[in-house]
Amino acid sequence: MLTSQFLLLGAVLFCIGVYGVIARKNAVLVLMSIELILNSVNINLLAFALRNGSADGHTFALYIIAVAAAEVGVGLALVLLVYRNRRSIALDELSEMRG
Amino acid sequence: MFAAELLVAQNIGFAVIALLMIIGALRVVTTNNVVHAALWLVVVLSGAAAQYVLLAAEFVAVTQVLVYIGAVMVLFLFGTMLTRARIGAERDLNNPYWRLGIPVAGVLFAAMAIATVSSFGDEQLPADARVVSVAEISDQIFGPYLLPFWALSFVLLAAIIGAIVLARKD
Repeated sequence: MLTSQFLLLGAVLFCIGVYGVIARKNAVLVLMSIELILNSVNINLLAFALRNGSADGHTFALYIIAVAAAEVGVGLALVLLVYRNRRSIALDELSEMRG
Repeated sequence: MFAAELLVAQNIGFAVIALLMIIGALRVVTTNNVVHAALWLVVVLSGAAAQYVLLAAEFVAVTQVLVYIGAVMVLFLFGTMLTRARIGAERDLNNPYWRLGIPVAGVLFAAMAIATVSSFGDEQLPADARVVSVAEISDQIFGPYLLPFWALSFVLLAAIIGAIVLARKD
């Protein structure tokens, strides 16, 4: 197996995730795109861990999984709160703070 | 001889799973149905777990299945169902300027692909990789990486309290 095949897979997933963050209006779908980005980072970390023969990448992949879980929890609570106040989770309608 | 056959099998497995993951990821960002997007995300996350097994990271793969597919997906489905009246296809999930994302993602991918290929080229991963044991990972977590672990504990605590406070009806 090549090192670059895993890195390229990570790059593809990362770019699809970035596209999703830019293109999507629905807040839940934006959170899903962020999950794609975090997973691509994990693939990269584990590929480098295998390449260098160390366990550091595994440790940080686990940390990233934990941070992602926390992020989804808070993010969905925020989305729920916005929905309760606005009856909509379209991100381009949240413009009260525009100067 | 046996090692070479194993390597071919690994490469075929990688290609099939990677293809599934890319199709799934594209469906996540293009589908018109939020529940379908969540289910395609399950495909991507399972494929990522399979890739972790290929990368000799079994503990991370198991954690991925437990945390992502088990917990995060349930959260997503709950979030979907709590924030919309109907389940089904709908328009209007994309921004009006969604086309802007295509060149951005394309340029980003070109940059990353050029950097990756020029740095690593056809460098092979070590074929006789040992599996990193759980004991080794725990030695890392509770040894040199204890401080990030503490920080992470506080992040999780804050996230739990924050989620409860935000989502509570009062």
